[in-house]
Amino acid sequence: MNSSRINLTLQKIFVYTILSIMALFIIFIFYTLLVNASRSHIDIQKGFSAFFGDYFGKNLDKLLANNNINILNAMKNSFFIATLTAILSTYISALTAYSIHLYRFKGRNFLFVFILAVMMIPSQIASVGLITILYSIGFVDNYFVLIVPAMAAPATFFFMKQYLDSILNFELVEAARVDGAGEIRIFHTIVMPLIKPALAIQFIFSFVASWNNFFLPSLIIQSPNKRTIPIVISLLKNSSPDSFDLGPVYMLMVLSIFPMIIVFLIFSKHIIKGITLGSVKG
Amino acid sequence: MKKKKTKINYAKWGYRFVIPFVVVYVVFSLIPLLSTFFYSFFEYYFRYGGLEKVGPNFILFDNYVTLFTEGMFFKYFGNTMLIWIIGFIPQVIVSLLLALWFSSTRLNIKAQGFYKAIVYMPNLVMASAFSLLFLKLFSNNGPVTNFLLESNLISETFSFVDQKWTTRGLLAFMNYLMWFGNTTILLMAGIMGIDKSVLESAQVDGANSFQVFFRIVLPLLRPILLFVMVTSLVGGVQLFDLPQIFTAGSGGPEMGSMTVIMYISRLLGVSKQYGLAGAASTVLFVMTAVVSLGFFFIFYRKEVITSKSEKKVKVNE
Repeated sequence: MNSSRINLTLQKIFVYTILSIMALFIIFIFYTLLVNASRSHIDIQKGFSAFFGDYFGKNLDKLLANNNINILNAMKNSFFIATLTAILSTYISALTAYSIHLYRFKGRNFLFVFILAVMMIPSQIASVGLITILYSIGFVDNYFVLIVPAMAAPATFFFMKQYLDSILNFELVEAARVDGAGEIRIFHTIVMPLIKPALAIQFIFSFVASWNNFFLPSLIIQSPNKRTIPIVISLLKNSSPDSFDLGPVYMLMVLSIFPMIIVFLIFSKHIIKGITLGSVKG
Repeated sequence: MKKKKTKINYAKWGYRFVIPFVVVYVVFSLIPLLSTFFYSFFEYYFRYGGLEKVGPNFILFDNYVTLFTEGMFFKYFGNTMLIWIIGFIPQVIVSLLLALWFSSTRLNIKAQGFYKAIVYMPNLVMASAFSLLFLKLFSNNGPVTNFLLESNLISETFSFVDQKWTTRGLLAFMNYLMWFGNTTILLMAGIMGIDKSVLESAQVDGANSFQVFFRIVLPLLRPILLFVMVTSLVGGVQLFDLPQIFTAGSGGPEMGSMTVIMYISRLLGVSKQYGLAGAASTVLFVMTAVVSLGFFFIFYRKEVITSKSEKKVKVNE
């Protein structure tokens, strides 16, 4: 009995050590990013530092003053596209999931299986055809083609369907019908408030996916004033004069990474719970 | 009679509610997907730096012939799979281990929320920015290289970014860092879903923890492992952001980190070779489907066999 207790303690020490090393390593990466954004170019080149410098404001000013990069404009564009994409895709996916969950219409099962199947298709392969079509008709360099295709998101749909299966029963809808509520009103005033947690999580996921998206925007956007953040980052090649001063470069990375990290740290509990809902049941 | 009428009415609402999704999907994903396949049979590109349109002229398999003979398609496909697999193997092993630890009632890990949040965090980070950060940290004058040099762990000539394998390794490592937290949480949900009484009765029967893991936990995790594998593969073949930023679109030393999507993106760039890009995408699609189905069979073959033998037993009875 005693020896197995010692054994367990040793195991615990081992597990906690490994977990802490992993956690510290990840924290260290983002901490270094933050520290380097507060140092001057010369200091950054000296190597790692545990302490913050006093160049945070200066680096930020330098970055904002760079009209080549125009980070504020890129952040504004990314924010606009991501917000609209997240609202539309969450709403439309919820509506579709609700319809398949509730109504018994012809083709319902086919549609469900079809959406599940296309979830496994690499999306960039469809993008190649989309780009071909868009360039053929000359409809490029606009946000419409970045926002609208993302509206029909199979993964978001699947998540919503799983959530509705676990939470919504027919009696509730029946009761609302007896009270004389129309179908659209039932969805907006009864179902949507009920699935608010799922809507919030999917809003965050869609927003993050759109904010981070690089492939399609890099091939669609041409005008400098329409660039999103990942496109701006792709311009910072080693040879480009904008990447000579490392201070503003680190600041740029902070501005593109930390908004998402802050949102995550606020909602982390809900987000982590939400990940499992969007996958197969164990 | 009246009831029937209202039922028909409800079905109509069902159709109305799915229309936006279906229309958007068909117009912006399904038709483009089919046209990717369609244009792969056409000569279709722009000459003179994108000025003069050539085609579309139907040429059947010529694009595929070009792709397989002149192009470097298979090399790029090999690069893509290599980077994916180098990251994926540790990803599954570490995630499985973490998931077992987190769900173990014996170990009873405290502060789980904190650990899970930290390991999941890199998943939400912008891949292109993450890649730029690693490029700056591991470049020839970067802090990591300097630190290792000063501690005499590497030689003066060592470089992370000028060698094929170190570049690939770093890309795989970034991919691993971004996804192992996600996989951990998925596998944990799978383990928590396993009926505790099954595990307990196995322990009562004298099975040790290795036997419990390999004979009970792992087989029961099959559906979720398959899900993880297929989604990771689908993500892996589309690897673009990390190597594109890390190598500035060049493909790195000896083009060893040029992925298929980077190649397609290059084809779609200035010269706009839609036909060839379509052919490359179609081959990638087919290969992904074949490998996914392969996983599916490997994972479910056993189940098919056992259910068949069970049937036999029943028949005999």
